[in-house]
Formats: sequence, structure tokens, C-alpha cells
Amino acid sequence: MSIQPILELKDVHSGYGSIKALKGISLKVMPGEIVAIIGANGAGKSTTLMTICGIIKAEKGEVLYQGKVINKISPEKLPVMGLCQVPEGRRIFPRLSVMENLRLGAFYRDDTDQIMKDIQHSYEMFPILGERKNQQGGTLSGGEQQMLAIARALMIKPKVLLLDEPSLGLAPIIVQQIFDIIAQINKKEGTTILLVEQNANLALQAASRGYVVETGEITLEDEAQSLLSNPKIREAYLGE
Amino acid sequence: MIQEFKKVWKQYTIGMLWLLGLLWPMLGIHPDGTMTFQTTFTVWTYILAGSFVCLIIYVIKVSGSLKFFADPISRAAGNLKTTSTALPTWTWLAAGLIVALIYPQFAGRYGTDVAISVLLYICLGLGLNVVVGLAGMLDLGYIAFYGVGAYTYAILNTTYGLGFWICLPMSAFFACIAGCIVGYPTLRMRGDYLAIVTLGFGEIIRIILNNWMELTNGPNGILGIKPIGIFLPIFENGFTFEHFWMKKLQLFYYFALGLAIVAAICVYRLNFSRVGRAWESIREDETTAELMGVNTFIYKLLAYAMGAIFAGLAGAFFAARMRFVSPESFTFLESAMVLCMVVLGGMGSIPGIILGVAALIALPEVFREFESYRMLVFGATMVIMMLFRPAGLIPAKRVGTRSEEREG
Repeated sequence: MSIQPILELKDVHSGYGSIKALKGISLKVMPGEIVAIIGANGAGKSTTLMTICGIIKAEKGEVLYQGKVINKISPEKLPVMGLCQVPEGRRIFPRLSVMENLRLGAFYRDDTDQIMKDIQHSYEMFPILGERKNQQGGTLSGGEQQMLAIARALMIKPKVLLLDEPSLGLAPIIVQQIFDIIAQINKKEGTTILLVEQNANLALQAASRGYVVETGEITLEDEAQSLLSNPKIREAYLGE
Repeated sequence: MIQEFKKVWKQYTIGMLWLLGLLWPMLGIHPDGTMTFQTTFTVWTYILAGSFVCLIIYVIKVSGSLKFFADPISRAAGNLKTTSTALPTWTWLAAGLIVALIYPQFAGRYGTDVAISVLLYICLGLGLNVVVGLAGMLDLGYIAFYGVGAYTYAILNTTYGLGFWICLPMSAFFACIAGCIVGYPTLRMRGDYLAIVTLGFGEIIRIILNNWMELTNGPNGILGIKPIGIFLPIFENGFTFEHFWMKKLQLFYYFALGLAIVAAICVYRLNFSRVGRAWESIREDETTAELMGVNTFIYKLLAYAMGAIFAGLAGAFFAARMRFVSPESFTFLESAMVLCMVVLGGMGSIPGIILGVAALIALPEVFREFESYRMLVFGATMVIMMLFRPAGLIPAKRVGTRSEEREG
């Protein structure tokens, strides 16, 4: 008997009005693994994550989370179930303090004492956030904002964390730091991670499995290592 | 010093000539078609002389010749600032409250009347602050709920003879219902679209008030609304209550003051609650707020309804004071004025809004002496204020500061 996937997409179609961005995406994420979705600009990577979270409604197909269909329920109920997204471009709350940003991550929870402990915990995990806890989110640097966005999502205590382009616009050394943190979250907390990246090399090194998306369809699915050595992938996404 | 002056004289000359060009059509062209230069030149020369003196002082200050004089002053100002922050907030609140309480004893009838409208607009401004300042939704039809509140009391009082204190919660209730009815379809929009749609709905409510003759008596308005009634205990023949119609303006002032204080406390408490946090997250980024588990639609509707409730309460007071309501009091211009007060005072800051309201209501009254220049001065003041304090007179300290942070 096989283990049930924690997150599964079955032939999902969605889009923006008449523009069809996803034309039948099917993928499976097993509990505890890191899965990467790679692809070019406009391939439908971010749309996939937004459809999982219900911000964009799936027109056809099903999104299953822990065996339950979730594409019919409203997006704000998902954090309670343990599904959380770090959106593309970080999108922290710019005029709220770091502390407030973290408290908003824990919005649905009402255990104030535990929330304060968790905030302390995220300051330990990201010391720079502790130093800047009363600073406005918008005044942080790009890397700090990305850390804040991840810390905020972790306040939800997610079972599945969806990360949309965590490397976007960051210096290579910061990107490496972020990816170390991602690996750490996966290992320590056992959080399942679905990672969307343009930086295929980094993403596939961090992930155990990978999907390649092209114009709204999954064209390839394999172990991350074999994708890395796949000549077609190397040519198309790794620039060789 | 000459160097400094060389830097500014060109802009100054251009600005002054432009002002002359602006002034002449306003002051020099008369309704009967005749044109004169006399008045324009007099006014312009005054402004020129005044601003030139200011310019010279500015130039001297920039070139540093005033140091011997300015340094002690800035030091004294710094000292004053530290002592003022050293005093706890409650002393300021208490001082403000005492001034507000004894004010009608010193002000005449006219002064009290202006103060009452300031207090009612504070309630309106605080309500709109919830919608615009906290939840970040630009609402251009806000005054409609003020109208609903006023008409609720007017109609219930004139047709059913209900007293003010029964009608007050009903005014709030009906305004809230109106807010929900308008909000439900419109709050799906964002940004500019929302502003246009609320503008439209505000006008719809006003036009309904204007045309529903049987209910609202149309443009003629509703006359003969009773003022606030109070029960006073009488001990003469045992213990009974006697009902008084409150006609004294001073007493009304105290009730309006009570309303404004209640509104300020409510908005303050809301701001520093979980609900306030949800509103601020919606203002900052709606999609992310949704991803964080904030039910954006419900919270937006709640913000809208809360704003409407405050407007409804203020509306009932307005009807009780004027004892007459007509649709003309609830035009778009009023919405724009309340919005101006909120923006000028500083969005999200309660003391800022109070000051903004006082400035926008009191300034035109102060300048009433100058008659025709009144609106000109008013406009110039607004422009200058926005140039020097773009975040409002008293900007919100740091948006999103909450109690637990201030302690830690």
C-alpha cells in the first residue's frame, strides 16, 4: 500500500479570464518531501500555486489536500488546515512592523502565549528579524524581506509550505542562505515544501523530485538528480 | 548671503508673477464684465511685501547669520519637547478634556454652535478613518450614511413620536444596514473602482432621499424634529421623573462631546485589536492577507458597517440639533470635506483627525471676516499644509504599533 500524497493536483485548468494559464496540471507531493516546479517565465508556475491556494479558482480538475478537495473552499480557510504560501515577490505588509507581520501570520490562531513564543523562536531562527522587530517591513532589505515572508508563513505552523520564487531579485549569497533555511525547515519541522523556481539548478539541488512546466502543462517529471543530469533540461534551463 | 539669495530669486519672481496672473481673474474681473487692476494690485503688493520679508529671513537663516539667535531658541524648543514627552499621555488627555468641558462657559452661542459641528464632524471623521485609514478603502459616498442616520431620527420622531434615545441606536442600526446593503455588492472591487462605485451609491441614497416624497418629503425636507429629551428626577411630590426637551445649546454640546469621546475610544480600541490588525493587513496587501487566513470580505464589510454606524450616530445628533433635515445637507461635497479632514489630519491617527476637523471647520469660520478671500485663504492653507506635512498634521505614530511592542 502506498502512502497518500499530502497534496495532489488532478488535471487542473485555470486562468485569467479568457487566457488559459494552466491546461491540465497533475502533480503529487508526498508528506515530508521537497518538490520543485521549474519552468520559464509565463509557464504557469505561480498560477499553479495561486490555484492551489484558491486565489485563482480552478475551472476544471481537482486540488486535493490530505485527500480532501480544497478548490471549492475559500482561501482564508487554508491556513487553518496547514497549507500556506509565501507569495512571489515576498509581499510582506510594508507599513507594518516586523512584529506585526509575524502576528498576522498567526492571525487565525488565538493562543497568544504560544504565538509570542513562536515569534521569539523565529527571531532565533532569523536573528536579523529580532534586531529589526520594530522596524517597518518595507524598510528591510530584499533578503530580510524574504526571511520575514518565510517566518510569517511559518507562524501558521504549516504542514505544506508553498514557496514562490524565493530567490527572486536576491544576491547569490543571500539566495544560498535562504535555500539553507528552506532545507532546515524541511528537515527540522518536517514541513513538506513545494518550491517554484526559475533558478532550476538551485531548486533541483534542494528538492528530491521535480516537475517541469511549459505553457501550462507538465512536460517532465522525475527525481531531481536525474532532471539535473537530463541533457534537455541542462540545455533549456541550466544554460548549457 | 548674496549667494543664497541668487539661488532663490528666480523661483520667487516666477511664483509671484504666477500669483498675480492667478489673482487678477479672481479679483479684477467683476460680474458685470468690467475689469479693474486696482484691488488685485493692492492685495498682490501686500502678499509680495509679506513674502519678501519671509524670504529675506529665510535667506539669512540659511546663510547662518542667525545662529547666535536661532541656537538658543532651538535648544529651548528641544527642552520643551523632552518635557512634553516626559509628561504621561493622560495629562494631555485630561487637559484637553477639561478645556472641552469648560469651553461652552466661555464661548458664546456662536462659538458653541461651531464647537458642536466640530464634535459631530469628529465622529464622522473617526468613522471614515476606519474605512479609509485602517482598511484602506477609499469611500466617496460616506456622507450617505450620515443622511440615513439623520433621516431615521427625523422620520421616527415626526411620524411615530419616538424619543431621541430610542432612535439613536435605531439610527446606528439603519445606517449599518445601509452600509451592508451598499457594501455587499461594492466591496468586491478594489482601489479606484471602489471609489467610483461608492461615489455612485452615495449619490443613489441622496437621490432616494430627494425623490421619495411620501417618506422623506423630498427636497422640502422634514421639519419639526424634536430636540434631545432628558429625564430629570423630581423630588417634590415623592420621586418622579420629568421629561424635558433640551433646548439649551450648551447641554447639547455636552452630549455631542460625549458622542465624540465614545467614538474616539471605540476607534482606538478597534485599532489596537485583532480586527484592527486584520484591517491593516487588508490595506497593505489584500491577496497576502487572504493567504494569511484573513477573511477579507467579512472584514471589509465590517469596516464599512462600523464606519456607517458612526456616521448614523452623528446623523441622529445632526437632525436633533438642526431640527430640520433635507437632502441638501448630504451632498458629495460633504463626503469630500470629511475625507479632506481625515487626510489632512493624518490617516489612522485619532488626534490628527480631531485637529484636522478643527482646522477645516474652524478655519473658514475664523476667516469669515475676510469674506471674499475666505475660500482663497482656505485653499492656500490646505496647499501649504500638504506641502509641509504630507502625512497629515499629526501623522499616525508608526502604523501598526501595538501595546505589546511598546512595552517590550
